[in-house]
Amino acid sequence: MPVINYIEFDGSKYSVEVAEGTNLMQGALDNMIEGIIAECGGCCVCCTCHCMIDPQWKDAAGSITSGEDELLEMLSERQDNSRLSCQVTVTASMEGMVVRLPESQY
Amino acid sequence: MSTDNRAVVIGASHAAVQLMISLRQHGWEGSITVVSDEDHQPYQRPPLSKAYLAGTVSTEQMALRAPAAYEKLGVRFMLSTRVTGLDAESKTLHLDNGETLSFDKLALCTGARARPLPIPGTDLSAVHYLRTLDDVKGIQASASTAKTAVIIGGGYIGLETAASLSKLGVKVTVLETESRLLKRVASPQVSEFYLRLHTEEGIDIRLNTQAAELTGDRTVAQVICADGSAIDADMAIIGIGVIANTELAAEAGLAIDNGILVNEFAQTSHPDIVAAGDCTNHPNPLLKRNLRLESVPNASEQAKAAAASICGIEKAYAELPWFWSDQFDVKLQIVGMNQGYTDVVVRGDNKKGRSFSVFYLNESTILAADCINRPKDFMLAKKLILQGVKSDPETLANESIELMTLIQ
Repeated sequence: MPVINYIEFDGSKYSVEVAEGTNLMQGALDNMIEGIIAECGGCCVCCTCHCMIDPQWKDAAGSITSGEDELLEMLSERQDNSRLSCQVTVTASMEGMVVRLPESQY
Repeated sequence: MSTDNRAVVIGASHAAVQLMISLRQHGWEGSITVVSDEDHQPYQRPPLSKAYLAGTVSTEQMALRAPAAYEKLGVRFMLSTRVTGLDAESKTLHLDNGETLSFDKLALCTGARARPLPIPGTDLSAVHYLRTLDDVKGIQASASTAKTAVIIGGGYIGLETAASLSKLGVKVTVLETESRLLKRVASPQVSEFYLRLHTEEGIDIRLNTQAAELTGDRTVAQVICADGSAIDADMAIIGIGVIANTELAAEAGLAIDNGILVNEFAQTSHPDIVAAGDCTNHPNPLLKRNLRLESVPNASEQAKAAAASICGIEKAYAELPWFWSDQFDVKLQIVGMNQGYTDVVVRGDNKKGRSFSVFYLNESTILAADCINRPKDFMLAKKLILQGVKSDPETLANESIELMTLIQ
């Protein structure tokens, strides 16, 4: 299981193992990381599991779908490396990935 | 807080899970026991009629949290266990296994159950309701051999189920007693769209049609309608709404009125009992009226208030309701409550294609929006409603004017 490093807006860091095949949102929920709210539970409808993935893992995170892109577009906090964590499937190539969580979900 | 305190949660769904997490976040050090009459650890309910029924999500992926998360939280589950009695005075629960369970604080997350259809033949095999994981496993088993299915009820559950079953290759007929689909919850423009969508996808929708009887030899074979017509059905699914599970609370003497009555802090009329989720009738401070909602965001957000109350913290539940529905390639997002609307504004074209939004106005104030494959409109509508923005129908309907410009 790859270790994912979630960093909350205040700098708190959580290094946790997340099972391959699940997604970054579930990894945060299973470890009670509060910076992922996930109101809809991972259905790509609510935009409350926003995260920023450090650039070196951009490719590992896969591509953005149009629905995800439209939701992200509405966030004032959107960065070039923004993703909805429910849409990022965890794979072995994500070992050590750094995932930063935004202020609005702090 | 003392480690001797005992919190008991009845129910093990979305509200229960958020409640146990929030309890720990607020420093609850006592025990947390969850009693559920289902045989599963908490799972996601929204995909039941959607991705899970259609077979694109596994049972493992349905888990709300990994089992290890509950260990970390120190939560004890009593599954397949039904609470048969609640004595509020002695703060004791009676269980169907004969045991009793005492509590210091109790959370009622009892949810709702499918409304039974009072016609003959619903006890035949291959006749299902859709509320639980086990219900859906039963539906999948029937669908594996069925060629035809009749769905009774043209609401969101019925329509989502129709879409999922048709993906599985079953020929589906939907019966709706009203003159249009989704009549209770949506405008005629949205109803008309869903009728077109389902018809385009090969679903046979029959409006003004009431099921009178299900017939067959052990297994359902036909649905007989009130007008005398008969429809072949290798399986049938009933989706005609839900009933809030309030019996325990009522028996204990708690205030009930279309749900368990709670205040904005999720407190019932008993000082040591809170309630959250589908089972509650609660005030919404933003809308200034009471609501009983059937949605995950409602369950989770209200559970946060309930957990805070248990820990002696006042955290009001005050959120704008929102909902979603997936059918075929159409994602509907709803925000706000449209009751009392005086005008309906369509932004985009509801008569062709599959992308438009409908705004519900009271005079000129935006109350609610149904956004069909328009996540951006949904996000903006939420802001417009929260800000109490007024708009004339012409502006809202004019797509050359960005919604963003209406935000104050």
